[in-house]
Amino acid sequence: MNAHQSLAVARAIPSVPTISASPVEQDAMVRFEAVSKVYPAYRDKPGVQALQHIDFAIPRGSITGVIGRSGAGKSSLVRLINGLEKPTTGRVVVDGRDISSLVGRELRLAQRSIGMIFQHFNLLSSRTAADNIALPLEIAGWSKADVAVRVSELLDLVGIADKHDRYPSELSGGQKQRVGIARALATRPNVLLSDEATSALDPQTTRAILDLLANINRELGVTVVLITHEISVVRQLAKEVVVIDAGNIVERGHVADIFTRPKHPITQSFLAEVLGDNIPVSLTSRLAPQPIPGGRAVIRVQVRGTDAGDTIVARLARELAVDVALLSARIDEIGGQHVGSLIIGIPGGEVTARQVLTYLSQQQFPVERLGYVA
Amino acid sequence: MSRELINLIIEATGESLFMVSVAALLATLFGLPIGIFLATSRKGELFAAPAVNAVLGIIVNATRSTPFIILVVAIIPFTRLVAGTSIGSGAAIVPLTIAAAPFIARLVEAAIREVDAGLIETASSFGASPLQIVFKVLIPEALPGLVMALTLAVVSLLGYSAMVGAVGGGGLGDLGIRYGYQRFMPEMMLAVVLVLIVLVQTVQTAGDYLARRVNRRLRHR
Repeated sequence: MNAHQSLAVARAIPSVPTISASPVEQDAMVRFEAVSKVYPAYRDKPGVQALQHIDFAIPRGSITGVIGRSGAGKSSLVRLINGLEKPTTGRVVVDGRDISSLVGRELRLAQRSIGMIFQHFNLLSSRTAADNIALPLEIAGWSKADVAVRVSELLDLVGIADKHDRYPSELSGGQKQRVGIARALATRPNVLLSDEATSALDPQTTRAILDLLANINRELGVTVVLITHEISVVRQLAKEVVVIDAGNIVERGHVADIFTRPKHPITQSFLAEVLGDNIPVSLTSRLAPQPIPGGRAVIRVQVRGTDAGDTIVARLARELAVDVALLSARIDEIGGQHVGSLIIGIPGGEVTARQVLTYLSQQQFPVERLGYVA
Repeated sequence: MSRELINLIIEATGESLFMVSVAALLATLFGLPIGIFLATSRKGELFAAPAVNAVLGIIVNATRSTPFIILVVAIIPFTRLVAGTSIGSGAAIVPLTIAAAPFIARLVEAAIREVDAGLIETASSFGASPLQIVFKVLIPEALPGLVMALTLAVVSLLGYSAMVGAVGGGGLGDLGIRYGYQRFMPEMMLAVVLVLIVLVQTVQTAGDYLARRVNRRLRHR
């Protein structure tokens, strides 16, 4: 088989993943129906329209990310799910029940099937790890013996069985969040809300905590809602994503789709963070606007989707016999799709550069000529 | 100093301790719930009742701004009603309690307000009732602060108890005024002051120790 044939085979495979009609609408664990939230003016503080026109569903058993800048309305959104806040208009249905209509004892009962973890862990300093985990069980009126059994199970589940009698002041951030997760899961909730749960942790601990959340989702079938301002969190864990900005949902869908074809500027800016689409400083300082004799043309190639962007250099060498220089590259995988960009240097003057640009455009890669280097 | 005088001091110390401990107990009984309520009843809080909070705040402030010696005299009819008499250590407990309760309430309020609001939200998210939040979150988390507050209250009560001596309340203050001042016995005055210093020092040390014991925030094993 020669190169042309192998390429033809590769191109014949549908590159766009098949997306079922609208999976988010099927079996919803949480459903926002025409929700808005206004905080009325109080004393010297003006009123705030925190959320508006919120209409979406979180599928049962999913891991759904809600991403937005600070002040976008994420915290209000998550607090509507567990009834800590009431919507100004519309309703929030959790597991088939309109939680926004519940008050008093009924609300408190419903809240026991919704767990929540927090950025600053919110553990009681006066209680040991075990007693912190026991808190929601005591609140729910479990017997001492049942609490003891359940707490041991949970400590095992989150991998800190040896920290049973430790006070929060004796635990690391990651261990504290594990206690938080165990506590949130204590009453066997259907939904686990994570409010920036990894924002106070270092990258390595963040990864471990996100892995733990993924395990919990897989093994217990708990629907996980991740509130975050970090795209890396959504990328590592979520299948569905909702992007909110200034109280509005600006984009939502599968993580792979949203992040491979971001439409809203906010989504694009989030993506730019992980991809580092910026040209390296070492390169910009050398870039010239005019061709340099014997130099190279600098071209940026965007890689979005399942296309084998990572083989571009090899393909250019094979198909066009061009000695491509790889100047900078960053390709990531988001939801099983390649996303990133390459900056390549093309020798051989204007003719070759045009040839390469035409070839890449034909292959549906967005390209951009940045300039020339020596 | 004669044995007689020493016995007087011992007796007066006993009276002072009696007044202070009973008054501290009663004042805590009233001050603790009032303080917790003050800390949790502003707009948007656990037991939101801004109007009641405001009225209670004014009453507490009014009581606290009345000089103790004036309070003692002003409430004599009430003291007589409650204690049957307005003279002696037993009767002195009434004004002592009334003076200390608002003081404790404010200290308790401050200690409870120190508890991270995130913890209240956390407990609410688990479906905890307001009372569960008070007993399972607020009081245990504020315990070191509450212990310090009660220590401060007891120390202040020791000072107040010396003042009720002026109106026949008995105790160390009474002794100091009658013997030390009116009979001009400086050694008696000195003895009374020394006993009070020892008492205050003991209470403060015990309170500090207890507060450290219940504080899990910074303690490492």
